[in-house]
Amino acid sequence: MYPVIKMKKDKRALIGAVIALVGAVMMLFGAAENEHREVFEKAVRICLECIGIG
Amino acid sequence: MGKKKFDFRLALQGLWAFVTNSYLVGFAQGKIYQGRLKNLCLPGLNCYSCPGALGSCPVGALQSSFSSRGGKISLYVSGFLIFVGAVMGRYVCGWLCPFGLIQELLNKIPFPKKLTTFKGDRLLRKLKYVILLVFVILLPMVAVDVTGLGEPWFCKYICPAGTLEGGVPLVLLNSALRETVGFLYTWKILILALTVLLSVIIYRPFCKYICPLGALYSFFNKISVFRITLDKEKCVGCGKCERACKMNVNPAVKPDSAECIRCRECVSVCPTGALKDSFSCLTDKKKEK
Repeated sequence: MYPVIKMKKDKRALIGAVIALVGAVMMLFGAAENEHREVFEKAVRICLECIGIG
Repeated sequence: MGKKKFDFRLALQGLWAFVTNSYLVGFAQGKIYQGRLKNLCLPGLNCYSCPGALGSCPVGALQSSFSSRGGKISLYVSGFLIFVGAVMGRYVCGWLCPFGLIQELLNKIPFPKKLTTFKGDRLLRKLKYVILLVFVILLPMVAVDVTGLGEPWFCKYICPAGTLEGGVPLVLLNSALRETVGFLYTWKILILALTVLLSVIIYRPFCKYICPLGALYSFFNKISVFRITLDKEKCVGCGKCERACKMNVNPAVKPDSAECIRCRECVSVCPTGALKDSFSCLTDKKKEK
Protein backbone atom coordinates (compact mmCIF):
# COMPACT_ATOMS: atom_id res chain seq x y z
CA MET A 1 0.00 0.00 0.00
CA TYR A 2 2.81 2.41 0.91
CA PRO A 3 4.13 3.08 -2.62
CA VAL A 4 0.59 3.65 -3.90
CA ILE A 5 -0.20 6.21 -1.21
CA LYS A 6 3.14 7.96 -1.83
CA MET A 7 2.52 7.99 -5.56
CA LYS A 8 -0.64 10.04 -5.18
CA LYS A 9 1.42 12.77 -3.49
CA ASP A 10 4.33 12.46 -5.84
CA LYS A 11 3.95 13.87 -9.36
CA ARG A 12 7.20 12.44 -10.63
CA ALA A 13 6.26 8.93 -9.56
CA LEU A 14 2.94 9.44 -11.33
CA ILE A 15 4.79 10.39 -14.51
CA GLY A 16 6.90 7.26 -14.01
CA ALA A 17 3.75 5.15 -13.66
CA VAL A 18 2.28 6.60 -16.88
CA ILE A 19 5.54 5.94 -18.76
CA ALA A 20 5.64 2.41 -17.33
CA LEU A 21 2.11 1.91 -18.64
CA VAL A 22 3.20 3.15 -22.08
CA GLY A 23 6.11 0.67 -21.94
CA ALA A 24 3.76 -2.16 -21.00
CA VAL A 25 1.41 -1.29 -23.87
CA MET A 26 4.37 -1.17 -26.30
CA MET A 27 5.43 -4.59 -25.06
CA LEU A 28 1.95 -5.98 -25.64
CA PHE A 29 1.79 -4.50 -29.16
CA GLY A 30 5.24 -5.92 -29.86
CA ALA A 31 4.17 -9.33 -28.58
CA ALA A 32 1.03 -9.14 -30.74
CA GLU A 33 3.35 -8.58 -33.73
CA ASN A 34 5.29 -11.70 -32.68
CA GLU A 35 8.40 -9.68 -31.90
CA HIS A 36 9.10 -11.93 -28.92
CA ARG A 37 9.73 -14.69 -31.45
CA GLU A 38 12.60 -12.64 -32.91
CA VAL A 39 14.08 -12.32 -29.41
CA PHE A 40 13.61 -16.07 -28.93
CA GLU A 41 15.19 -16.99 -32.28
CA LYS A 42 18.25 -14.93 -31.47
CA ALA A 43 18.52 -16.18 -27.88
CA VAL A 44 18.31 -19.93 -28.48
CA ARG A 45 21.33 -20.00 -30.80
CA ILE A 46 24.80 -19.46 -29.43
CA CYS A 47 25.64 -15.90 -30.44
CA LEU A 48 29.17 -16.38 -31.76
CA GLU A 49 29.82 -12.64 -31.96
CA CYS A 50 28.68 -12.14 -28.36
CA ILE A 51 31.12 -14.71 -27.02
CA GLY A 52 34.00 -13.44 -29.15
CA ILE A 53 34.14 -16.06 -31.88
CA GLY A 54 31.99 -14.85 -34.78
CA MET B 1 34.06 -8.92 18.24
CA GLY B 2 31.44 -7.20 16.15
CA LYS B 3 28.87 -9.40 14.54
CA LYS B 4 29.01 -9.13 10.75
CA LYS B 5 25.77 -7.68 9.40
CA PHE B 6 23.84 -9.84 6.98
CA ASP B 7 24.06 -8.25 3.52
CA PHE B 8 20.51 -8.60 2.21
CA ARG B 9 21.28 -6.93 -1.10
CA LEU B 10 24.24 -9.18 -1.84
CA ALA B 11 22.15 -12.22 -0.95
CA LEU B 12 19.34 -11.10 -3.26
CA GLN B 13 21.77 -10.32 -6.08
CA GLY B 14 23.26 -13.79 -5.69
CA LEU B 15 19.88 -15.48 -5.56
CA TRP B 16 18.66 -13.60 -8.64
CA ALA B 17 21.86 -14.39 -10.58
CA PHE B 18 21.51 -18.06 -9.66
CA VAL B 19 17.79 -18.33 -10.45
CA THR B 20 18.12 -16.61 -13.83
CA ASN B 21 21.16 -18.70 -14.74
CA SER B 22 20.05 -22.02 -13.33
CA TYR B 23 20.11 -24.17 -16.47
CA LEU B 24 22.82 -26.36 -15.01
CA VAL B 25 22.63 -28.89 -17.87
CA GLY B 26 24.07 -26.14 -20.09
CA PHE B 27 27.16 -25.87 -17.91
CA ALA B 28 27.56 -29.65 -17.87
CA GLN B 29 27.21 -30.10 -21.64
CA GLY B 30 28.54 -26.83 -23.07
CA LYS B 31 25.17 -25.93 -24.57
CA ILE B 32 22.63 -23.17 -23.96
CA TYR B 33 19.01 -23.28 -22.80
CA GLN B 34 16.53 -23.32 -25.70
CA GLY B 35 13.20 -23.30 -23.89
CA ARG B 36 10.28 -20.88 -24.01
CA LEU B 37 11.57 -18.61 -21.25
CA LYS B 38 14.02 -17.21 -23.78
CA ASN B 39 11.07 -15.27 -25.20
CA LEU B 40 11.48 -13.02 -22.17
CA CYS B 41 14.16 -10.44 -21.52
CA LEU B 42 15.92 -10.22 -18.17
CA PRO B 43 16.21 -6.76 -16.60
CA GLY B 44 20.00 -6.85 -16.05
CA LEU B 45 22.99 -7.44 -18.30
CA ASN B 46 22.92 -11.22 -18.69
CA CYS B 47 24.35 -12.76 -21.86
CA TYR B 48 21.84 -15.07 -23.54
CA SER B 49 24.72 -17.26 -24.63
CA CYS B 50 25.58 -18.03 -21.02
CA PRO B 51 25.04 -21.82 -20.71
CA GLY B 52 22.84 -21.29 -17.66
CA ALA B 53 20.81 -18.28 -18.86
CA LEU B 54 17.05 -18.81 -18.80
CA GLY B 55 16.16 -15.44 -20.35
CA SER B 56 17.43 -13.01 -22.97
CA CYS B 57 19.83 -10.09 -22.59
CA PRO B 58 17.92 -6.81 -23.17
CA VAL B 59 20.93 -5.06 -24.72
CA GLY B 60 21.59 -8.00 -27.04
CA ALA B 61 17.92 -8.15 -28.01
CA LEU B 62 17.71 -4.38 -28.61
CA GLN B 63 20.88 -4.41 -30.68
CA SER B 64 19.65 -7.39 -32.63
CA SER B 65 16.49 -5.51 -33.64
CA PHE B 66 18.57 -2.53 -34.81
CA SER B 67 20.91 -4.75 -36.80
CA SER B 68 18.10 -6.63 -38.52
CA ARG B 69 17.14 -5.84 -42.11
CA GLY B 70 15.69 -2.32 -42.22
CA GLY B 71 16.93 -1.57 -38.68
CA LYS B 72 13.50 -1.47 -37.08
CA ILE B 73 12.86 -0.67 -33.43
CA SER B 74 11.39 -3.61 -31.53
CA LEU B 75 8.34 -2.44 -29.59
CA TYR B 76 8.59 -5.56 -27.47
CA VAL B 77 12.17 -4.94 -26.33
CA SER B 78 12.03 -1.14 -26.13
CA GLY B 79 8.68 -1.38 -24.30
CA PHE B 80 10.25 -3.80 -21.82
CA LEU B 81 13.18 -1.44 -21.18
CA ILE B 82 10.87 1.55 -20.78
CA PHE B 83 8.62 -0.40 -18.40
CA VAL B 84 11.48 -1.65 -16.22
CA GLY B 85 13.22 1.75 -16.29
CA ALA B 86 10.07 3.68 -15.39
CA VAL B 87 9.24 1.36 -12.50
CA MET B 88 12.71 0.76 -11.06
CA GLY B 89 15.29 3.00 -12.73
CA ARG B 90 18.76 1.87 -11.72
CA TYR B 91 17.56 -0.34 -8.86
CA VAL B 92 18.14 -2.98 -11.55
CA CYS B 93 21.88 -2.17 -11.54
CA GLY B 94 22.14 -2.35 -7.78
CA TRP B 95 19.96 -5.39 -7.17
CA LEU B 96 19.30 -7.47 -10.28
CA CYS B 97 22.39 -7.39 -12.48
CA PRO B 98 24.65 -10.47 -12.40
CA PHE B 99 27.58 -8.58 -13.91
CA GLY B 100 27.17 -5.85 -11.29
CA LEU B 101 27.35 -8.56 -8.62
CA ILE B 102 30.54 -10.00 -10.12
CA GLN B 103 32.18 -6.56 -10.06
CA GLU B 104 31.11 -6.01 -6.46
CA LEU B 105 32.57 -9.33 -5.37
CA LEU B 106 35.81 -8.54 -7.18
CA ASN B 107 35.95 -5.19 -5.39
CA LYS B 108 35.95 -7.02 -2.06
CA ILE B 109 39.41 -8.42 -2.88
CA PRO B 110 41.96 -6.46 -0.85
CA PHE B 111 44.21 -4.12 -2.86
CA PRO B 112 46.80 -1.66 -1.49
CA LYS B 113 45.37 1.41 -3.22
CA LYS B 114 41.67 1.36 -4.00
CA LEU B 115 40.57 4.24 -6.21
CA THR B 116 37.41 6.08 -5.21
CA THR B 117 37.77 8.83 -7.81
CA PHE B 118 40.39 10.30 -10.14
CA LYS B 119 40.88 13.20 -12.51
CA GLY B 120 38.51 12.81 -15.44
CA ASP B 121 36.12 10.52 -13.54
CA ARG B 122 33.11 12.76 -14.17
CA LEU B 123 33.84 13.07 -17.88
CA LEU B 124 34.46 9.34 -18.28
CA ARG B 125 30.99 8.66 -16.87
CA LYS B 126 29.56 10.10 -20.10
CA LEU B 127 31.27 7.37 -22.11
CA LYS B 128 28.45 4.90 -21.41
CA TYR B 129 26.00 7.21 -23.23
CA VAL B 130 28.32 7.37 -26.24
CA ILE B 131 28.56 3.55 -26.21
CA LEU B 132 24.77 3.25 -26.04
CA LEU B 133 24.29 5.63 -28.95
CA VAL B 134 27.17 4.51 -31.17
CA PHE B 135 27.68 0.79 -30.46
CA VAL B 136 24.16 -0.34 -29.55
CA ILE B 137 22.05 1.88 -31.83
CA LEU B 138 23.90 3.63 -34.68
CA LEU B 139 26.55 1.16 -35.84
CA PRO B 140 24.23 -1.91 -35.87
CA MET B 141 21.74 0.16 -37.90
CA VAL B 142 24.11 1.92 -40.29
CA ALA B 143 27.09 -0.39 -40.83
CA VAL B 144 25.28 -3.12 -42.75
CA ASP B 145 26.52 -5.74 -45.20
CA VAL B 146 25.24 -6.30 -48.76
CA THR B 147 22.22 -8.19 -47.45
CA GLY B 148 21.26 -5.27 -45.20
CA LEU B 149 22.22 -6.98 -41.96
CA GLY B 150 24.24 -5.20 -39.29
CA GLU B 151 26.48 -6.57 -36.57
CA PRO B 152 26.02 -6.60 -32.78
CA TRP B 153 28.84 -4.08 -32.27
CA PHE B 154 28.62 -3.77 -28.51
CA CYS B 155 28.39 -7.51 -27.89
CA LYS B 156 31.03 -8.32 -30.47
CA TYR B 157 33.72 -5.79 -29.65
CA ILE B 158 33.10 -4.60 -26.09
CA CYS B 159 30.86 -6.60 -23.77
CA PRO B 160 32.99 -8.39 -21.13
CA ALA B 161 29.83 -9.90 -19.58
CA GLY B 162 29.30 -11.95 -22.74
CA THR B 163 32.90 -13.16 -22.63
CA LEU B 164 32.73 -14.10 -18.96
CA GLU B 165 29.23 -15.59 -18.89
CA GLY B 166 29.18 -17.12 -22.38
CA GLY B 167 32.59 -17.07 -24.07
CA VAL B 168 34.75 -18.58 -21.35
CA PRO B 169 32.45 -21.45 -20.26
CA LEU B 170 31.40 -22.37 -23.80
CA VAL B 171 34.93 -22.39 -25.15
CA LEU B 172 36.08 -24.48 -22.18
CA LEU B 173 33.21 -26.95 -22.45
CA ASN B 174 32.65 -27.15 -26.20
CA SER B 175 35.54 -28.55 -28.25
CA ALA B 176 34.00 -27.49 -31.60
CA LEU B 177 33.90 -23.87 -30.43
CA ARG B 178 37.40 -24.12 -29.02
CA GLU B 179 38.78 -24.81 -32.49
CA THR B 180 37.32 -21.57 -33.89
CA VAL B 181 38.93 -19.23 -31.37
CA GLY B 182 40.88 -16.39 -33.01
CA PHE B 183 41.90 -12.75 -32.67
CA LEU B 184 38.44 -11.53 -31.64
CA TYR B 185 38.36 -13.92 -28.69
CA THR B 186 41.80 -12.77 -27.57
CA TRP B 187 40.63 -9.15 -27.82
CA LYS B 188 37.56 -9.89 -25.72
CA ILE B 189 39.58 -11.81 -23.14
CA LEU B 190 41.85 -8.76 -22.87
CA ILE B 191 38.84 -6.50 -22.26
CA LEU B 192 37.53 -8.96 -19.67
CA ALA B 193 40.91 -9.15 -17.92
CA LEU B 194 41.08 -5.34 -17.82
CA THR B 195 37.54 -5.16 -16.41
CA VAL B 196 38.35 -7.76 -13.75
CA LEU B 197 41.54 -5.95 -12.73
CA LEU B 198 39.85 -2.55 -12.64
CA SER B 199 36.95 -3.99 -10.63
CA VAL B 200 39.38 -4.93 -7.86
CA ILE B 201 40.67 -1.35 -7.76
CA ILE B 202 37.54 0.67 -8.62
CA TYR B 203 33.97 -0.01 -7.50
CA ARG B 204 31.91 -1.19 -10.51
CA PRO B 205 34.01 0.38 -13.30
CA PHE B 206 31.95 -1.21 -16.06
CA CYS B 207 28.70 0.17 -14.58
CA LYS B 208 30.21 3.63 -14.11
CA TYR B 209 31.85 4.10 -17.49
CA ILE B 210 30.77 1.51 -20.06
CA CYS B 211 27.38 -0.15 -19.48
CA PRO B 212 24.80 0.95 -22.10
CA LEU B 213 22.01 -0.67 -20.08
CA GLY B 214 22.89 1.41 -17.02
CA ALA B 215 23.00 4.47 -19.30
CA LEU B 216 19.52 3.67 -20.56
CA TYR B 217 18.02 3.08 -17.11
CA SER B 218 19.72 6.24 -15.80
CA PHE B 219 17.36 8.36 -17.94
CA PHE B 220 14.53 7.09 -15.73
CA ASN B 221 16.16 7.71 -12.34
CA LYS B 222 14.38 11.04 -11.87
CA ILE B 223 10.88 9.79 -12.59
CA SER B 224 10.85 6.10 -11.73
CA VAL B 225 8.03 4.93 -9.49
CA PHE B 226 10.46 3.50 -6.95
CA ARG B 227 13.32 5.86 -6.12
CA ILE B 228 15.20 7.50 -3.28
CA THR B 229 13.83 10.80 -1.98
CA LEU B 230 15.25 13.41 0.39
CA ASP B 231 13.31 15.22 3.10
CA LYS B 232 15.29 18.47 3.25
CA GLU B 233 13.75 19.44 6.58
CA LYS B 234 15.11 16.30 8.23
CA CYS B 235 18.58 16.51 6.62
CA VAL B 236 21.24 17.71 9.07
CA GLY B 237 24.01 17.84 6.46
CA CYS B 238 26.23 15.34 8.30
CA GLY B 239 27.68 14.01 5.02
CA LYS B 240 27.38 10.35 6.05
CA CYS B 241 25.41 9.51 2.90
CA GLU B 242 28.02 11.04 0.59
CA ARG B 243 30.82 9.16 2.35
CA ALA B 244 28.87 5.89 2.14
CA CYS B 245 28.16 6.20 -1.59
CA LYS B 246 30.52 4.11 -3.69
CA MET B 247 29.19 5.59 -6.92
CA ASN B 248 30.42 9.05 -5.79
CA VAL B 249 26.97 10.59 -5.63
CA ASN B 250 25.96 13.09 -2.96
CA PRO B 251 22.42 11.95 -2.12
CA ALA B 252 21.85 14.98 0.12
CA VAL B 253 22.15 17.16 -2.99
CA LYS B 254 20.94 14.85 -5.76
CA PRO B 255 19.10 11.78 -4.45
CA ASP B 256 17.84 10.96 -7.94
CA SER B 257 21.23 11.26 -9.67
CA ALA B 258 21.63 9.34 -12.93
CA GLU B 259 24.72 7.70 -11.41
CA CYS B 260 22.83 6.29 -8.42
CA ILE B 261 22.41 2.49 -8.59
CA ARG B 262 20.06 2.55 -5.58
CA CYS B 263 22.13 0.26 -3.41
CA ARG B 264 20.43 2.00 -0.42
CA GLU B 265 23.68 2.44 1.51
CA CYS B 266 22.79 6.14 1.95
CA VAL B 267 19.31 5.27 3.20
CA SER B 268 20.70 2.88 5.78
CA VAL B 269 23.37 5.27 7.12
CA CYS B 270 21.13 8.36 7.26
CA PRO B 271 20.80 9.12 11.00
CA THR B 272 17.60 11.15 10.73
CA GLY B 273 15.65 9.18 8.13
CA ALA B 274 15.84 12.12 5.69
CA LEU B 275 16.72 9.75 2.86
CA LYS B 276 14.01 7.26 2.11
CA ASP B 277 12.70 5.10 -0.65
CA SER B 278 9.57 3.11 -1.23
CA PHE B 279 11.09 0.12 0.54
CA SER B 280 12.00 2.04 3.70
CA CYS B 281 8.76 1.04 5.36
CA LEU B 282 9.76 -2.61 4.96
CA THR B 283 13.37 -2.39 6.07
CA ASP B 284 13.83 0.59 8.36
CA LYS B 285 10.92 0.37 10.76
CA LYS B 286 13.17 0.70 13.77
CA LYS B 287 14.64 3.95 12.50
CA GLU B 288 11.24 5.50 11.90
CA LYS B 289 10.07 4.89 15.49
